[in-house]
Amino acid sequence: MTGRVAGKVAFITGAARGQGRSHALRLAEEGADIIAIDLCESVPNVSRFYPGATYDDLAETVRLVESLDRRIVATKADVRDLAAVEAAVREGMATLGRLDIVVANAGIFMFGEETHRVSEADWKDVIDINLTGVWHTAKSVVPHLIEQGSGGSIILTSSTAGIKGTPNAGPYTASKHGVVGLMKSMARELAIHSIRVNTIHPTGVATPMILNERAFNLFLPDVDHPTLAQAAEAFTSVNSLPIPWVESIDVSNAVLFLASDESRYVTGLQFKVDGGSTLK
Amino acid sequence: MSGQCALGREAEEGVAVGKLDGKVALITGGARGQGRSHALRLAGEGADIVTVDICRQIASVPYPMASSEDLAETVREVEALDRRIVAREADVRDSSALADVVAQGLAEFGHIDILVANAGIFCFGNKDASDDEMFRDTVEVNLVGTWNTLHAVTPHMIERGQGGSVILTSSTQGLTGRGGDGTGGAAGYTASKHGVVGLMRSFAAHLAPHMIRVNSVHPTGVDTPLVNNDFTVKLMEERPEIADMGVNLMPVDLVEPIDVSNAVLWLASDESRYVTGVTLPVDAGFTIR
Repeated sequence: MTGRVAGKVAFITGAARGQGRSHALRLAEEGADIIAIDLCESVPNVSRFYPGATYDDLAETVRLVESLDRRIVATKADVRDLAAVEAAVREGMATLGRLDIVVANAGIFMFGEETHRVSEADWKDVIDINLTGVWHTAKSVVPHLIEQGSGGSIILTSSTAGIKGTPNAGPYTASKHGVVGLMKSMARELAIHSIRVNTIHPTGVATPMILNERAFNLFLPDVDHPTLAQAAEAFTSVNSLPIPWVESIDVSNAVLFLASDESRYVTGLQFKVDGGSTLK
Repeated sequence: MSGQCALGREAEEGVAVGKLDGKVALITGGARGQGRSHALRLAGEGADIVTVDICRQIASVPYPMASSEDLAETVREVEALDRRIVAREADVRDSSALADVVAQGLAEFGHIDILVANAGIFCFGNKDASDDEMFRDTVEVNLVGTWNTLHAVTPHMIERGQGGSVILTSSTQGLTGRGGDGTGGAAGYTASKHGVVGLMRSFAAHLAPHMIRVNSVHPTGVDTPLVNNDFTVKLMEERPEIADMGVNLMPVDLVEPIDVSNAVLWLASDESRYVTGVTLPVDAGFTIR
């Protein structure tokens, strides 16, 4: 087996679709076996924005990874449930033998209200999944990586909202900045073990999370039923490069670089895949 | 899933396709060290190379600089990879010399897709040069030289209209001033490498509408003649506090040129097609210490 991450095992959260599935396929294509989890349900408060992934979505990720001749252990699990995440990691490692790469990707996006108007319930969901869920993921994997003694690469999915303030997305912005804090602390704690910790900061990614009418209205509040073309124009104004959004593969290629030994001395980095959005 | 994997490494009948097939990279400071390593890594992925190096000593620099023989060795090694190379002796402080090299590169290859502004000097610890001389020389080579290089290459990229990738070699000293001691060698290096970040950000904004990306790499100490030389080894023995200052958080003393080249390759390739404005550390945790 050749490939840039051949012989390694990667644990990916939120792997049923979107960026998470893309990461699983890109890493599998380069030789990694995969441990995958996803909630596989709609979070009630999020459903008014976009539907959550399903168990069928996760099954499709399994099918696609296996079609690349790699192994995958996929479990329905909620990153808010520490015991469930720990069990998924344990079971995946029991089958696949080791763990090298962690991609804490699971997240939700709620938006459209000024921060002081956000409901307690919405705030709690976003922080519990996007921030506490990432900490649960780290807490579940780090003891194994240290004990294994062969280093590792932990990649936390933040956002351009983890660098700049995003109006009317206060909980999301706070959670994605919080992820950066986790990264910075853990990068310092774990460097001595040759475990690297970095964040990825995508601009809008063409996934169900943003390709929906509610997200379009974030940029076009006065337009009824905005079209994809109208949205593309509005999204383009956010970036420096003349593009509306990036594709999942663009984030996956950054994940692959950070996961591979090509970046063996890269740690503590806030890695932007943002079309120059944060240059503005 | 062919769309998913379209930007991954592909193979046709077992023949690996290079990530940079058909591209041309201009690299400054290509005679040895990181610059040679970048030339070989990019050539190994299919790029043809245009490179310059001063190939002579600058008086305020306390270690031997590259030679014409070093540049000839880079040529030999790139050609051994079956790639073409245009190599010239030129000083990045001399903008008309750079313009000539770019013209020769374009005459040979027709286009330049990738720019790696790598040439730099490090006068730290030199007792035989004045602070003023060291400061000015370092800023002239590391910062004005990078400006000259950008100015020589990017108008062509804009005119051609097919995007591009520009990678500027900064340093951990482009992100922190740790170890500063008030000397011209230290302050000149740190000021020039911070200045490179300013150039990167300004040009990233300037060139984004043309799909030209601009990023900087920030190595910690790299095992090259700029760091690993008799002068510096002796300096560390005399002043152990300098060695302590240079300690990385990961258990590694120096990184290898290939580690910087792998970052350069990633930024040069289409795998990073929407990445611009990034300060990418290859520093084993130096800057988060």
